[in-house]
Parts: sequence; C-alpha cells; structure tokens
Amino acid sequence: MNALYVVAIGSVPERALQWAEEAAAEWLPLPLRRLQALAIPETAYDTKRRQYQSVEIMKMLAQSAPRDAIRVLGITEADLAIPALSFLFGQAQLNGPIALVSLCRLHQEFYGLPADLDLLRERTGKEVLHELGHTFGLTHCSERECAMSLATHIEGVDAKSDRYCARCGLQLVERFASL
Amino acid sequence: MKKNWPILVVDDEEVMCESMAAWLREDGYRVDTAPNGQKALDLAKSTDYVVCFIDLKMPGGMDGIETMMEVRRIRPEASVIIITAYATVDTAIQAMKEGALEYIVKPCNPQEISMLVSRIMKFKKLESENAILRKRLTRQYRHHDIITKNPRMEEILALTQEIASLRSTALIRGESGTGKELVARAIHFSGNRSEKPFVVVSCAALTETLLESELFGYEKGAFTGANGQVKGKFELADGGTIFLDEIGDISPKLQADLLRVLQERRFYRVGGNQEVEVDVRIIAATNKNLAEEVRQGRFREDLFYRLNVIEIPLPPLRERREDIPLLAEHFVQRISSELDKDVGGISAAALKVLMAYDWPGNVRELENVIERAIVTCRNGTLDEQDFSWLQQQSPSTQNWEVPDVPLDELERRAIVAALERKHGNVKEASAALGIDRSTLYDKLKRYAIAH
Repeated sequence: MNALYVVAIGSVPERALQWAEEAAAEWLPLPLRRLQALAIPETAYDTKRRQYQSVEIMKMLAQSAPRDAIRVLGITEADLAIPALSFLFGQAQLNGPIALVSLCRLHQEFYGLPADLDLLRERTGKEVLHELGHTFGLTHCSERECAMSLATHIEGVDAKSDRYCARCGLQLVERFASL
Repeated sequence: MKKNWPILVVDDEEVMCESMAAWLREDGYRVDTAPNGQKALDLAKSTDYVVCFIDLKMPGGMDGIETMMEVRRIRPEASVIIITAYATVDTAIQAMKEGALEYIVKPCNPQEISMLVSRIMKFKKLESENAILRKRLTRQYRHHDIITKNPRMEEILALTQEIASLRSTALIRGESGTGKELVARAIHFSGNRSEKPFVVVSCAALTETLLESELFGYEKGAFTGANGQVKGKFELADGGTIFLDEIGDISPKLQADLLRVLQERRFYRVGGNQEVEVDVRIIAATNKNLAEEVRQGRFREDLFYRLNVIEIPLPPLRERREDIPLLAEHFVQRISSELDKDVGGISAAALKVLMAYDWPGNVRELENVIERAIVTCRNGTLDEQDFSWLQQQSPSTQNWEVPDVPLDELERRAIVAALERKHGNVKEASAALGIDRSTLYDKLKRYAIAH
C-alpha cells in the first residue's frame, strides 16, 4: 500500500522524526515509512541571507520520492525562506505530495530562551499536521485553534492546538476516502 | 469565497513568482503568475484580479510602475502592491503617486503580507456585501412574486384575488419567511387601491411610544424634539393599504388605539386634539397563534375579531415541498442576474439536498441559501457540494432513530457520525467504533465517504 515517507534533511535528531510520525499517525490512516536522511542541497544556501531557499529543498524532495510514496514529509533544522518572505515555518504543495517542516524557529533557543523539549515536540506536531494538511488540499482555516490556521510568528504556533478543527478534519477524511 | 478573488504575482524571477504564489495558494486564493508586464496585461484582460503583486525592477520591456499603470487601466479596481529588493524613497513615492496601494521591500515579514492581503480582502468583501444589500433593498419593492403549484397556496392566491378590492381587514398567519408581506402586496397591487400607497410597519421593531408616533404621527411640541407636525403611517397610507407586520407584539395601549382606528377610521396624532380621518385598508400579519394569545389574555379579543375578518393561513415551506424546485430555479435565475454571476441552473443532486432539508426559515431561508451558494459557486450550475454546509447543519445524523435502510447504509452513517463527533480524528473515531484504524480506513474506502 502507498505510504507516507518521513525523511530528515541534514542532521535531525531521531526524536524529532518520531514526533512527526506520531502526529501524522494520529490523523492520517497511512502506513509510515522512513527514508534515509538527505543532505541539504548546496544550491539552497543563500549566503546573503544566511538562510535556505525552501524551493530548492522542495525540488530535491520531489526528486527523491520513492514510487510508492503517497506523501513525502521532510524535516529539517535549516532556517527556511523564499525570496519574498523573511522566513517560513514550513512549506507544502497544495494537493501535492511534498511537505517540508523546519524545526529551526520552533526551538525556544532561537528566541534566546532556554530549551524546552516538550514545547518543541508540541510545535513540531502542529507544523507537521499543518503542512500535511496542505498536501491534502486544506487551506488556511479561520479557526484560531485549528492546526490549519496560519501562524506567521511563534506565538501564533503556540496559540493553535495540535488538532484539526471539525471542518478541516472532515475534509481530510473525505480526501482520504477518495484517494 | 477566496477562490473568487484571484491574485496576480508579476516578477521576472521564476522562484520569486512561484514561491509567493504557492504561499498565497496555501491561504486558499487562486493565484496566477506572470514573468513580465506584457504577460501580466494579457492575464488581466481575462481575469478580474483583486490584488496584484508587481516587482519594481524587471529587465527589458515594462518596469513595475509601467506594468502597474497598464494593469490599472484594464482593472481599475485592482489593488497593486509594488515589491522591490532595494527601497528608495523616490521610487516609493512614485509608486504611491501612480496608484500603488502599498510598497514593500523583500524579504518581507510573512505577517505583514498576510495582514495586508486580508485587509484588502476584507474591504472587497464589504464592498460586495454592500452591493448585495443594495440589490436586496430594491428587490423589496417587487410584487406578484409568489411561485407555487401547491393546492393550498393556489387556494390562497385565488382568495387574495377575490378580496383584493374589498376594504375588509385581513389577517395573514404564518411562520417567519413564509411570505406574509408578499401576500399582502399581492392583495394590495391586485385591487383597486394599487395606485395608492402600500405602507409597511413592523410592529415588533419599535417601542410602544415610537410605534405610536410612527403609526399616528405627532403634533409640534408633542414631546422633546417634535419640531413640527409629522404625519404617521396611517395618514401616509390614506387611500391605500397599511401592512402591520408582527401585530401580535403590540402593547395593550396600542391594541386599544388600533381598535379605535379599525372601528372609526379616525384617530388623533400624538399630542394633537384634532381628529384625522383616513381611508385605509388594514392587513395585519403575525407568526404567533393570536387565538392562543387571546386565551392567555395577552391580546384583546375584540381587536382579534376585527383583524381576523378574512383569515389567510400560510403553510410553512416543509408542507409545500413540491414548490422547492420551482422556487429554487426562480431564485437562481433572479439572484444570478442581480449579482452578475453566470449561474444558469441547479443540478438534480443539489435539488435533492434542498428537498430533504426542513427549512425552519421557510422561503426566505431558501432564498438566502441560494444566494449564498451562488456567491460561492465556481461553475455554471449549482451542485450538491455548493450546499454541503447545509447538510452539515441538518441534525439528521445526530438524532438516534433507526432509519429504514440497508445495514450497509447504517454502517456508513455510523462511520460518518463517529468521524463527525471526533472531528475527523481517525484514531479516536476508530476507538469509538471499536474497530482498528486500518479497518476504518478500509471501510472509508469501501463506502467512498466523500461528499
């Protein structure tokens, strides 16, 4: 059966990959498989901004997708950006197979605060659900607490829950049934 | 809704275009991209963009400002946001002068762009709502808008024709949204008073004193702020018809005043001592059971009998379901032309959804539902999914009553209900159903739980 593949991009702690898998398993009735870690493509690094161009990493993910992959979820510690925006928590293809989540700005340390693994785990789960939701056609939700609500800063991530709202959840189920 | 408000991103750099477009699409918008000004213009000719992001510097051909000016010539309503990598005060001023709404420097904070876009969209939404409301206002002045093949309604229509030229008071009873005012208009405009005014007073909307001066008018100095003589609705309706909506809600004092007008066709303005005589036909309406209100002592019996000379009971929509397709088709034709939307009809599957619904808000609710569907519809025909939100509201899946359906169907409904209760959480839903996740997954597939 077609599976959801989780893959580390660059060095990512095993526990973070497991958090991502746990979050996905709670909502998506798909077999989970792990892909061997991929290196961050050199072309992705933007020396001026000292960030990584998300589009390049998405391209690489698309190329590395196994045949039986229904979705590929990349997890990275790299700080992602696109030309127009100063940063991204993650990116996904709307209705497409590729999703990408960056842990960089989910760390408390990024904001000069002491590390908090529980919080990091929570945030990771939320962003994984958010980006995977996009790959199943969900767009941003106006329910503040829904995992699909748009967060443009870390407080926004913390304000949402690690659940889809009723409407988004049902839409997801419908998408699954018609896959 | 967002899909009806397309966005255009113009930039010579493909990565910039595509990544920006992808980010906006995640927000639910329809986004097109153009690598240069010429392509942007071609696109703008066929699509009414609400927002255009245009890069300031594009090599060869038109630059950002020129592109903006040309786009705005074709689409004057479009909001243009100029994007640039290098900000200078001069270019910013020039961009704003030429009509840019905003000028942003990339890379931009996601929050800033997201707020900017939602601010524009909010404004557009208000604009379009305003247009809809305006149209609704003008629609209120139409009559003979009653569409039916229901025998009871046909009888009522025949009755309105018979009584149209009488002066007898009529009382129209019916749930809200059944068309009481429409019937009153039909009576007025079919009779010999049709050239005279038809005046509507909603009795529930006003307090006792306000309603009193509204109905009877007042003299100069009757109360603070009464700077001159003002005619009341009874006087304004002289020779015509006054429609007293929600008559069941008026106070005992007004009931007494009204009784006097009904008996004598004469009254005093508030603060006045000269009697005013009028020739007015009174049609009253209520969604209450007035006979019951009389029994409870809340409504005067003598007034009730005065009003109830001709009684017109309107059935709720759920008791005239055969009219739903006719009404739906009628509303689709009318509303789509009023909203300038190219929606020509309604599918059989969608009609089935409408037929199954209970319509607590009656014809008015049906009209609003069709309007909402037309506003959000993307095709030329209203389909089942345009009304999917209606099904979600209907409580049918929540009431536990074993319906007379095959076992398969029961199982399918149980699964849908469990998923609804668990808000789509597969793990929790499967636990609630007592099956494991993969079994639930198989069943979802088998029953193709889609729309």
